[in-house]
Amino acid sequence: MEITNIVEKVAVNLLRLAVIELPADVKEALQKAYNEETSEAGKTQLKAILENIKLAEKTRKPMCQDTGTIIFYIKAGAEAKGLDQIPQALKKATVRATKEVPLRPNAVDPFLQINSGNNTGRCIPFIHWEVISGNTIEITVLPKGGGSENVTVLGMLVPGQGVKGLKKFVVDAVIKAGAKPCPPNILGVGVGGGADIAVKLAKQALLRPLNQPNPDPEIAKLEKVLLESVNMTGIGPMGLGGKFTALGVNIEYAHRHPASYPAAVAFQCWAARRATARIYPDGKIEYLTHNV
Amino acid sequence: MAVYKLKTPISEEEIRELHVNDVVYISGTLVTARDQAHRRALEFYKQGKPLPISLEGLAVFHCGPLVRKENDKWVIVSAGPTTSTRMEVFEEEFIEKFKVRVIIGKGGMGARTTKAMKKYGAVYGAFTGGAGVLAAQAISRVQRVEWFDLGMPEALWILEVEEFGPLTVAIDSHGNNLFAEVDKRVETNKQDIYRRLRV
Repeated sequence: MEITNIVEKVAVNLLRLAVIELPADVKEALQKAYNEETSEAGKTQLKAILENIKLAEKTRKPMCQDTGTIIFYIKAGAEAKGLDQIPQALKKATVRATKEVPLRPNAVDPFLQINSGNNTGRCIPFIHWEVISGNTIEITVLPKGGGSENVTVLGMLVPGQGVKGLKKFVVDAVIKAGAKPCPPNILGVGVGGGADIAVKLAKQALLRPLNQPNPDPEIAKLEKVLLESVNMTGIGPMGLGGKFTALGVNIEYAHRHPASYPAAVAFQCWAARRATARIYPDGKIEYLTHNV
Repeated sequence: MAVYKLKTPISEEEIRELHVNDVVYISGTLVTARDQAHRRALEFYKQGKPLPISLEGLAVFHCGPLVRKENDKWVIVSAGPTTSTRMEVFEEEFIEKFKVRVIIGKGGMGARTTKAMKKYGAVYGAFTGGAGVLAAQAISRVQRVEWFDLGMPEALWILEVEEFGPLTVAIDSHGNNLFAEVDKRVETNKQDIYRRLRV
């Protein structure tokens, strides 16, 4: 099979898997939240979430009616063939998945306000590229819901305040977001680089599984402190009060300019959908987030 | 917390029994309405035109469903709630004029709606955001669709539902608003968090 056909087939599968079935780490975290939540209203919400997850898997229907904006992250092996064909294949896959799964058409022209009807349009699906050594192609899809996207924040913090300023910024962002991003959330925190880099890192941080803290122990500690802090707000599941406002905090960083301290917080709703597969040159496909 | 199973049409007496944190399941008729449908309904009222369906005693659902036509029949695929605050500008008048008893959505509503619910006897039921399949599961039939010219998400979908829920009563008809209470607690907790983080 041609590489474009393989990429298209894999991407359709990934889109279907992502919107129907959550990765194991997210399901485990939601189950743990349900077991430990003490607020009655919060517990009711988590129970409904768990039931909804099971029903979606059983009926093979998208767990949420908002199947998101489609974003792909590609890790392209420098020696892999047909890389230039990938964008076209991903676009075709998105059109097919919109019809076959189905996905809600979510790509609207920002000037004409016209919905393309098939989840594709200018720059959409968006593709992030990373070149790695070897000959494999790794594809991750992140269907990103609108409610959680709307509360994303970027702050150009005061460098003199350092990590203190960062902590306050994250807590304030969560409080301001309240019930809107459908908590319990996963928080992606991007620090440094520049404005665009901080936002990119924040969103990319949402792809890291909840059971994988940052490899740097100091940053892992900060992730833990921030998670405890936002869970002390009492916002709780769906904003109805409780201990579980977030399931995890993932931090990614870049070095910063001496005069700047960019920081961004990306929110992922409880329907933290992502799916990844690796394609080998002989056509073998390995699904990394789901059992297929 | 108590659990109630209500059937439409729902009376004011039934509504007055409910309190925040109670859980409600609804059977009967549910009508979806978002921004555009609210606006048009109120325009119809001003012009003295009747709505395509009387909403008295019914439940209105803030929802733009994902719907598919199968063998000439509408089938709801996924139907989670949308953010209710966008309807805050309409809801007071909406409850007064159309005598809706239950408003269903996510994220809660404001002081004007809370006041109207107390005055006219209505509640706000929070349905879990994103739980689109759970909602679809409780919809037994699409009775009909009205105002389809507004588009699939904005149309009035008249749905027959069976034990639609769980809905957490987040605004009751006694002036209590669970979201406002949570907000107050969060504001106090914020100061504790700041102290703990020394920020």
